[in-house]
Formats: sequence, structure tokens, C-alpha cells
Amino acid sequence: MKKILIFLLSSFFMFFSNLQAADTIKLGILEDETGNFAIAVVPKIHAYELAVKEINANGGVLGKQLEIVRYDTQSDNRRFQEFARRLIKKDKVDVVFGAFSSASRESIRGIMEKNKMLYFYNNQYEGGVCSKTTFMTGAVPEQQFSTLVPWMMEKYGKNVYTIAADYNFGQISAEWVRQIVKEAGGTMVGEEFIPLDVSQYSQTIQKIQKAKPDVLMTLLVGAKQASFYEQQASAGLGIPMATSINVGQAYEHRRFAPPALENMYVTVNYIQEVHEVIKSGEFHDKSKDYVKRFRALYPNEPYINMESANAYNAIYMYAKAVEKAGTTDTMKVVSALESGITQDGPSGVVTMDPKSHHGSHTIFLVRVGKGHTVTIPKIWKDIQPYWLGDNGCDLANKADYSQYTPSNPPKN
Amino acid sequence: MVFLFNIFYQFGDSLAFLLLAAIGLAVIFGMMKIINLAHGEFITVGAYGTVVSGKVLNLPLPIAMAFGVLITIIFGLILEKFIIRYLYGRPLDSVVATWGISLIVSQSFLVIFGPSYEGLQTPMGNFQLGEFSYSEYRIFLIFFALFLLMLLYYLFMKTSFGTLARATIENPSISSSMGVDVKNIYTTTFAIGAGLAGVTGALYAPTMTIVPSIGQAFIVSAFITVVTAGASPFIGLVPAAAFLGTVQTTVTFFFKSTIGLIAILCAVILIIRYLPNGFSGLILKKKSK
Repeated sequence: MKKILIFLLSSFFMFFSNLQAADTIKLGILEDETGNFAIAVVPKIHAYELAVKEINANGGVLGKQLEIVRYDTQSDNRRFQEFARRLIKKDKVDVVFGAFSSASRESIRGIMEKNKMLYFYNNQYEGGVCSKTTFMTGAVPEQQFSTLVPWMMEKYGKNVYTIAADYNFGQISAEWVRQIVKEAGGTMVGEEFIPLDVSQYSQTIQKIQKAKPDVLMTLLVGAKQASFYEQQASAGLGIPMATSINVGQAYEHRRFAPPALENMYVTVNYIQEVHEVIKSGEFHDKSKDYVKRFRALYPNEPYINMESANAYNAIYMYAKAVEKAGTTDTMKVVSALESGITQDGPSGVVTMDPKSHHGSHTIFLVRVGKGHTVTIPKIWKDIQPYWLGDNGCDLANKADYSQYTPSNPPKN
Repeated sequence: MVFLFNIFYQFGDSLAFLLLAAIGLAVIFGMMKIINLAHGEFITVGAYGTVVSGKVLNLPLPIAMAFGVLITIIFGLILEKFIIRYLYGRPLDSVVATWGISLIVSQSFLVIFGPSYEGLQTPMGNFQLGEFSYSEYRIFLIFFALFLLMLLYYLFMKTSFGTLARATIENPSISSSMGVDVKNIYTTTFAIGAGLAGVTGALYAPTMTIVPSIGQAFIVSAFITVVTAGASPFIGLVPAAAFLGTVQTTVTFFFKSTIGLIAILCAVILIIRYLPNGFSGLILKKKSK
């Protein structure tokens, strides 16, 4: 009797929750609220919430409210796969946003593609994903490295040493650095790939000193690898560092005691200091406005990072595309996104490239100076994600579901 | 000359890390046979105790470190009184219980202090030798690790407390009937183990990123060192750490970090296959001959 009652009650609730679901557009979010990557990811989650609140306050999309279905993936790839399936099969979401590490993105991209699920990856990464149902709003190597590496080589010298996290992100990013250094007439004097579990760096530091580079590329990921910076400072390494990931994601310049990050250069598409360093103009106003709205909702956010801007832009781009398509049907929204959707975000206009499904970006060169103060010595405006398109990835006309690298480009 | 010093520095650095990672576990697991999966969290408590007291109370680093160790000892005492006490002689149950403790503690740190906490600067300076420069604090750690181990050896092998502790753990009921306050000995020994893990946390806190999972960087090294040290950890710990450190630094020097990590794990497998009693077993066997 009791069991029957429970069954009736639960089917009753399920019926109503399904009814309710029809009135909203469901956005599935898979982000690492806890675990190794949580520091950089929490501002992203809040940016999704901010964008959704703003859109809902303005009447939603197609007259429907946006509803977030979110799971904490705990920086664990198995959770990603488990929750990706749950979002698709059980929650029946219309779109999925999320993943921080490239390993986690690759762990769910296949599931998304198999189920024809629209997927937004909103993170800077090693580039090269050419997939019909996937859209990338973060910066890629041709935006972060082909600006940064030549600039560093011109300023400090042509000998470059790379230390990188030993998984797909680090390996492919290092390949990019290798190629750009070669194109710019420099020399790679060393390269080391470091497992994510390593937290002690005395030996790495000595290897670097032996090679005497002018520029040190640090493509290190996660909390354990971040210990490198304190250890290189205390050993007095003193070589200018360049990277695509620090400062802009996990705000190491605020979290670590100076001088751990002194003399580090980073290319970012946004950080909250943009309007503090740039005193007037478009970038100042947009950043200030974004930070103000963000803080109104999350006054205690320790740092508003670049991935938060990418997450924020992703929600808006999706909303615009659905509005344009007049439906949430995946392939129709994909076509709408391929029509050159733009979004005026925290660091200016971002345009979705129909060929590669990546966004264009304003790239800021950030320098961490004495006492970890931030300056912006250079801004590159409207940098396009050109590499995939130039090499034959043309998603608007030719479906594809692959990831390419400089040594393994798309086949024409 | 510089080359020799480099070898000393790299090897010593690796040795210090292994020794300090293992030292608290050597007491709690090596001696007391509690498979303490919360060892990493003891180190976390020591690290946070140091950094937070240093920041909030604005203490100088050595005092903040002492504070961190003290907090870990108190933490250890509380755990012993309410949980560990009931698990002596139940190694498999202790695995489950300490694993639970480790989850609760690391998640509590995340809830209370957030995903990361502002770190401290590494004390002391650096010096130059030829084209290389070295952190003085790292060299201090090498000597401090060895000093700490000597102190521990003296405490457990030469003092009457040490004799009582070893006797109690060997056979609690006979010790008890001989008039030893068994409960008290267990509690004190556990607190020493916890305190030593706290020392590790305090010492490495200024050199690492302060995150709730900081202790997990030590746990694998800790267990493999204690296991290779064998049944009598205070005798086996230094040769075990020296052996593993040599394997790791040599392989990393010629190849890369990934291979170094694989090599150290392979070395451990070989050791427990061919020396089931670890290095201390080997040493004691030689002695008895």
C-alpha cells in the first residue's frame, strides 16, 4: 500500500515537473565546483548565473525563461561522463555548457556528438577542435601564442624553454610554442612535460638554469603544479616567464605572496583589472560595467577571471542564436550560430567564426610586476581564430567531429 | 664542484621530501599499524594552521609554524579520543574510518577557507654557485628532516617512554598487566605521529599552493616510503628514502618527471617483492647474523 502511494505521488510530481519543463529552456552546466580546478571555475559558474538572470529579467528567450540544471563535476572526468549522460537522458536539456580541463572536455565531447547535443566549451585551450555541434568561446593558441611568443622573443631573446603539464592541453600547447618559436627564428633550448601530481620542482629548476633560456614558457595546470612559481622565486631563477593560463584563470598574482610571479607575461581575453589599468575608452567602460553587475550578484567573488567572460558570452550567444532560429532544435541553432553571431561582452565584441566555431577576441598582454601589480603593455584588437579555417576546417559547409594539431592538421 | 653540489642538492631535496612526507605516518602506520589514509589531511591541518595563524595573527613564520604543529597535535588528540581509540588492532576498519575522516576534513577546509588561501613567502634567500642558484630554505629542509628523524629514533629507541610505547604496541595486554598505562601510551604516541605530520605541513606550507588538497601531494610518497622502510620504521626510513630518492632523481635527471614517477613506483614493487620486510628487515637480519 505504502509503495503504491509513493509510486503514485512520485509519478504525479514527475508529471508536473515535466509540464513545467516545457515552459523553460534548459541549460545543462557541467563545471568543477570542487576539486583541483575549482579556483578558476567558480567565477565561470557565477557568470553563467549572471547571464541567465539578466536574460530572464529581460523576458527570457522566445518568451521562455532559461533554467539552469547544474552538476558539480569535481574535477573528475568520470563525473563528467556520468553527468553528461544524465543531462541528456534524464534532464533532457537543450544545450550543455562546461568543462575546464581539455581532458574533461574530450571525455564528454563524444557523448555530446553522439546524442546531437549542442555543446559550448568556454575556456582558453590548446585549440584545434573542429566539431559540428561544439562551439568554443575561449581563446586559442593562434590568439594567445602568436601574439605572446614573438613579442617575448623580441623583448628578451630567442632562446625559449617550455615546461608544460603532461596531458593533451600541455602537449599540444607546447607544440604550438615550438612551431611559433621556429617561425619567428628562435631556438627551443629545452622542453619538459610534468605530471599533474608533481609538487616539488628543484630538479626542474636546475634543468632550466642549465639550458640558460631567455624566455620560460610555463604551461602548468592545477594547484599542485602552481607550487612551481613559489619554488622558482625562492631559488632565484629570475627568467622572464610567459604563459597562456596563469593570472587569467586562477589569479595566482593575487593568491601567491610576491615575488613568486614577478616578471610573468600572460595573454588573456579578459581580467577584472582591465578597467583599473586602462583608464578610459571602450575596454574601460565595458569591463567596469561587467564587474559592477557581477559584484551586485556575487559581492564576495575573490576574482572575476577571463573564463567568466567567456562563460558569460556563451550564454548570450546561445540566447541570440535560439532567438534567431526560433527554436531550440540543435541543428537549427547551430545554423543560427554559423550566421556570424556577435556578442558585445566584457572585453568588446566577440564574433563566432562560422568555419571553426571559435570566437574572435581582444587579446591583452598582461605583465605581473614588482609586488604583483598588473600592467597591460600591449593590446591586440579583434584577433581571429584563423588556424582551423585556413587549414581546411569549414563546419558551415562540411560536418566534422575531430581535434587537430599543428602536426596533424585537417586533411583537405 | 658545482656538479657535486647539484647532485647533493637534488638528491637531498628529494630525500627531505620523502622523509618529511613519511615521518608522521612512520609512527601511526609503521609503528601503531593504523592504516591512516587521513595522513595527508594531518599535513593539511599543519599547513593551514601555519598559514592562517601567520596571516590572521600576524605571527612571524617560526611561531606560526609552531602554532600549526600545536593545532595538528590537538586535532590528532581529538580524533584519537573519539575515533581511532576504538580501531587499534583493526587495520581494515581503520582504512574505512580514516578515509572518511580525510574526506570530511578536506571538504571542511574547502567550505571554511574556500578553494585556495593566500600563501606565505618562502623564508631565507637564495645563493648563486656558477650558473645555478639555490633556495637556502630547501637546504635547511634537508638538514631539518635528518635532525627530526634522529630525534625520533632517540625518543622511541633510547628513552623509557619509547620502550614502553614499543612494548605496549607489541602486546597491549601484557604491558597493561605489568602496570603500563596503555591508553595513555597509545594516545601520546598517536599525538606524536599527528604532530610530526603537522611539522611536515608547516615546513612545506610556505613553498606550496595552499589548497584543501595540499596534503594529498604527500600521501603516495608517505606510504611508499613507510612500506619500503619495513617493520621497524625508525631504522628503515632513511635508507628507504635514500634509495627511492636516488631512483627518482637519477631517472628524472636522464629522462623526465613522468618516467621518474614511474620508476619510483616500480622500485617499490621490486622492494616489496624481494624484501617483504623492507629495508629495516634487511638491516636487522644483517645485525642478528
